[in-house]
Amino acid sequence: MNLLNIIEEINIADPEFQDRISPRRAVIKNITSFGSKVAVAALPMAFSTLFKKAYGQTAPLTVSDVLNYALKLEYLEAAFYNAGVASALSFSTAEKAALVTIQTHENAHVNFLKGVLGINAVAQTSQGMNGTYDFTGGFNTTTNIVTGTGPFSTVLTDIDTYFAVAQVFEDTGVRAYKGQARNLLGNHTVSTAALNIHSVEARHASAIRQIRRARGGAGATTKPWITGANDTGIAAVNGNYAGEDNVVQGPVTITNLPGVSGNVSVNAATEAFTEPLTMTQVVALVNIFGVR
Amino acid sequence: MKTETHIEQQGPVMARRSFLRYAGAGIAGVGLLTATSCVKDHRVMPNTGIDIGAKGDLAILNYAYALEQLEAAFYIQVAATPYSGITAAETALLTDIRDHEVAHREFFKAALGSNAIQALTPDFSSIDFSNRTKVLTAAQAFEDTGVSAYNGAGYLIKDATYLTLAGKIVSVEARHSAYMRNLITAGSFADNTIIDANGMYKAQTIPQY
Repeated sequence: MNLLNIIEEINIADPEFQDRISPRRAVIKNITSFGSKVAVAALPMAFSTLFKKAYGQTAPLTVSDVLNYALKLEYLEAAFYNAGVASALSFSTAEKAALVTIQTHENAHVNFLKGVLGINAVAQTSQGMNGTYDFTGGFNTTTNIVTGTGPFSTVLTDIDTYFAVAQVFEDTGVRAYKGQARNLLGNHTVSTAALNIHSVEARHASAIRQIRRARGGAGATTKPWITGANDTGIAAVNGNYAGEDNVVQGPVTITNLPGVSGNVSVNAATEAFTEPLTMTQVVALVNIFGVR
Repeated sequence: MKTETHIEQQGPVMARRSFLRYAGAGIAGVGLLTATSCVKDHRVMPNTGIDIGAKGDLAILNYAYALEQLEAAFYIQVAATPYSGITAAETALLTDIRDHEVAHREFFKAALGSNAIQALTPDFSSIDFSNRTKVLTAAQAFEDTGVSAYNGAGYLIKDATYLTLAGKIVSVEARHSAYMRNLITAGSFADNTIIDANGMYKAQTIPQY
């Protein structure tokens, strides 16, 4: 049994396979060759123009809309970790190191997306109150004022609260990126970048959840993956986990499938697939922190 | 095992289609498969009965199905013959991962229906399942390969439903990988050996054609 042979067989069985990796449709080809000529970090170009051509009128959202949405989320996350690392919270050495790692990635994501969007990038100062967020979740979306009196009022004074909010941000970020996958369908460069960032956010989520498990207390039973609907024990974030208890994937009901002993359990079925959130859902969830 | 020919394609001038081979080579490279055939013979040998027979997205789903079969078989073995010194927490979470991979495997099998490739029988004889480091290292290789493979194949998928499904799975594999990495070296859940300066997964930035 040789996996390499199977892969060869896929290529033989599917004549389109090569075309799809090196698309012959002119506009797509332009995009892929464009991507190959320019370093990832140096893409301050009008990407959206190129990609609109590929999609014509069928695109539900322009790629720049999707990227700006991602940028707003990354602004929030970067600011959150910048604030946490700079705070007086007495993290352990290991916790601090993990936070610095994640902080570095989130700031890199910001810079990457800003670079890709160029002049189309939304400004950080357009977010929150002149760029300042309300990490307590108390942002007044009518007056655009930071109240500091949201449900997580101890976010920057209590470590467990800080990590709980971090977990919610990361889990939501993963779901938010996932929800945009279909809007980037067939877009080699951007979809690959989005998938890559998406998987890094999932690593962060896993790491934060492992920290909460290790800290014990309310987070002691936290697993690196999401079990059922809202396994955080925080009712205020039910919306962030809405739909995570889904056990039907495409045409398949996972809990009807054979597991190791008996059928796949409900827990395993929900943990094994992370569900997407729509842009509308996500915007409604993060505007209490000041994302606009 | 003549896998060297494939491994050398990991350079910046990766050939077309090589992302698939890259992932395959990564698995073969850690010795999880018995490569009994000569690499020059890329066709599946008739006596194995393998016939992909699928086109387009179905081919990619079969590729994912193959990966998930290997992962499931690996973790079933890990759970059946735990390494020495395994903790209760490790047992619980590794068993969870086993069940996730089985769910993935069965999902692809069901979704593919009559288009599914046959069940694979991986050979793990080169892995010492009693050795914690060896098991975790192999697990990490599996998970990182899985993430890389899904990320790399995503743009090839034509159907939005399948793309979303791949996205639902890849983030779970990434969560596994981060756990495995922390078990091996605390704090290495996303270190700079796998994440580049853009905060993106290193193995699959924009492919160079």
